[in-house]
Amino acid sequence: MSRLPGTALRQSRGLWTSVNTARPAFRNTLLSSTRHASSSSPQHAQSFLTSRASLAAFSCLTVGSIAWYTQLYGTLPFIGEVSANSPAEDGLHPVAYPWSHKGWFDSFDHASIRRGYQVYREVCAACHSLDRIAWRNLVGVSHTVDEVKAMAEEIEYEDGPDAEGQMFQRPGKLSDYMPPPYPNEEAARAGNAGALPPDLSLIIKARHGGADYVFSLLTGYFDPPAGVQIREGMNYNPYFPGGAISMARVLFDGVVEYADGTPATTSQMAKDVVTFLNWAAEPEHDERKQIGIKAVIIFSSLFALSIYLKRHKWTTIKSRKIIYNPPN
Amino acid sequence: MGLADAFYNSIVRRNSIYVSSIFAGAFAFGVGLDLGVSSFWDRWNRGRQWKDIRAKYSEAASE
Ligand code: HEC
Repeated sequence: MSRLPGTALRQSRGLWTSVNTARPAFRNTLLSSTRHASSSSPQHAQSFLTSRASLAAFSCLTVGSIAWYTQLYGTLPFIGEVSANSPAEDGLHPVAYPWSHKGWFDSFDHASIRRGYQVYREVCAACHSLDRIAWRNLVGVSHTVDEVKAMAEEIEYEDGPDAEGQMFQRPGKLSDYMPPPYPNEEAARAGNAGALPPDLSLIIKARHGGADYVFSLLTGYFDPPAGVQIREGMNYNPYFPGGAISMARVLFDGVVEYADGTPATTSQMAKDVVTFLNWAAEPEHDERKQIGIKAVIIFSSLFALSIYLKRHKWTTIKSRKIIYNPPN
Repeated sequence: MGLADAFYNSIVRRNSIYVSSIFAGAFAFGVGLDLGVSSFWDRWNRGRQWKDIRAKYSEAASE
């Protein structure tokens, strides 16, 4: 590379255009000399297009691609779908909220994760488990080691067996997972009029609309509109598909008291708990975005480099001139 | 041309030096990119990360 003067590339482009204009003439002579050899080709093409085999092949191709499309996307393109579902039965679309971690370069707001943990612990943990989060996961994210140790120790875990084969109770450790509110699914259903409160570890990933949906759900309890019947023990929430949800409204202004002085309004608590649940579903989030920045930087400079190298290697070929001297 | 010649004569000529400068260059580039990206990240997200709010809680715990 160092041997080539900087103007070589620019010069080669000028040459390239002059070669180009010379080319059509060259091609024409080639074509005219071969034309009469393939004079039967139009007829040949005709019979190929009208043959039974090609009819069958095109039919198979059409049927196959339609089948493939419907299997991939469920419906045919450009054809309206008939559905018995009303928009209410699919649930209202949530608004896209400006989450503090929404942008490409935005990390989670860890003060919000800390408040959200408090809301989860004091409100949601009465019904919802958080299976996939261990105490140690909170360390360095929302709490210090000492705080997490103290919180874990307040909870009794069953361990064992000991030397006599007995199970025993011991205080929690950093490596223990978040305790479930109910021992099993049946107990959870029995405590909630037959409805199972889902585990919240991955709920943000498990619902269409993610964080926006859960926020809308928590803040979206209204009186049912005229004509909508809600069964005893159910609650009206337009964001929940079907509109009737077994979970009653749980967030009211002042349900928790934040240590950092943030006013605990309904929407503030909903925002905090959803940020916390979003962290629980994507604990790798902050690191992932940083690696993404590095990957984009490295791969785009490698891409630019490869374009430069390709043009550099091709200059000799592109600026080559082929001259045909017919023998006299 | 001067720079390219200097580069060629001092680094490319001996394979041992060439290879080891590639490794050293890759290492330095990796460290530099990490430092650059994380300083940008910390500036962009100032006040939001755990290290920005940690001081409040570790002091409270030790008191
Ligand atoms: C009184 C018990 C109770 C409390 C407290 C509670 N939930 Fe629920 N939750 C339920 C039940 C029961 C369901 C199942 C509802 C259904 O399927 O009809 C549910 C369902 C959910 C769902 C799933 C909705 C869906 O799309 O399937 C989410 C998300 C949720 N709760 C979040 C929370 C959050 C966040 C909190 C804390 C702020 C909370 N819940 C507090 C009982 C509770």
